[in-house]
Amino acid sequence: MYVIVVGGGKVGLNLARELIRNGQEVTLIEGERRAYLRIEQELEHAIQYGDGTELWVLERAGIQRADLVVAVTGDDEDNILICQVAKEKYLCERIIARCNNPRNLQHFKLLGVQPAVSATDLILNLIEHEVPGHGLVHLLDLPDEKLEIIEVEVTDGAPAAGRAVCDIDLPDGSLIISVLPSGRAGFVPKGDTVINPGDEVLVVLDPGLEPHITAQFAPNGRVG
Amino acid sequence: MVLVVGAGRVGAAVAKSSLAAGYTVSVLDEDPLSHERLDAGQATSWEDSGGRFTVGTAIEIDALLAAGIAEADVFIAATRGDNTNLLVAQIAQKRFNVDHVIVRVLDPARSDWYAEQGLHTICAVKLGIAMFEKAILDITS
Repeated sequence: MYVIVVGGGKVGLNLARELIRNGQEVTLIEGERRAYLRIEQELEHAIQYGDGTELWVLERAGIQRADLVVAVTGDDEDNILICQVAKEKYLCERIIARCNNPRNLQHFKLLGVQPAVSATDLILNLIEHEVPGHGLVHLLDLPDEKLEIIEVEVTDGAPAAGRAVCDIDLPDGSLIISVLPSGRAGFVPKGDTVINPGDEVLVVLDPGLEPHITAQFAPNGRVG
Repeated sequence: MVLVVGAGRVGAAVAKSSLAAGYTVSVLDEDPLSHERLDAGQATSWEDSGGRFTVGTAIEIDALLAAGIAEADVFIAATRGDNTNLLVAQIAQKRFNVDHVIVRVLDPARSDWYAEQGLHTICAVKLGIAMFEKAILDITS
């Protein structure tokens, strides 16, 4: 796979290093002369100097044959435009953009620059993971598809505890997709699989059904 | 209404001439001191002449709204940054459906490509290059 990474800051440099270590072909583009010279000592031919928002710089790096373009400069305008031309002009199939200011996420979306990765949002998700609001953890949100996958630990005395999957009173628009008993391998349950207290279950659901899921699996709200 | 983003040499001059031509004009710039450019050489202050001025960052939706983007018929992106101009122009076009969006782009290559995508770009560098080429040709012929 050929990957172009634009922006040789901490994120871009470490990304390039890891990708190279994994055997990928990488070109890092850095527009600041001193940073470029410093990184060149380490990456040698895998870094090029120039403004990664300029078309000739991207073309010199071989954007026409890139499988993936990753824009991780500290400037959201730059990241958006790099990915926009990668996708629309050079027809690069995969792009990833860094969003520095979460307030700019709407602009990434408006111009079809997806996925956009925001460190602030990642940390917020981690906080949510550590301190879940409904006693359940959001593993994956697919806002466009209007689906979520959540994880919840079954508490003692919950309506679902000790019951077979087919007997659990789940709302329409939700489905148990995995059971993860503590200390044992997870599996996909059948209708007669019994859910035990202490098990973790993965549920796919329509957004907004969280309170119903909590009521079945963790009514006494395991928080934290 | 004409909304000008970026009150530098280009933006301020276009804002002033638009106001003089009788249009309603609003200017957005992140630097409060850029206002001085709008007053320079005028008998009355920008506001007394009927102009609007808002301090704010071009790509902040709140700043664009405060500057009146919802009422804008013409949107001019004239900050000193090509990337800011190209982004804010597309926000004006795709999010706020402003009828006429004009963008200042210094980089000729991207000026051409974004023009093909339907943006009205103006590239002073391209005009400058053409004038130099003509001047050299005139001397040598």
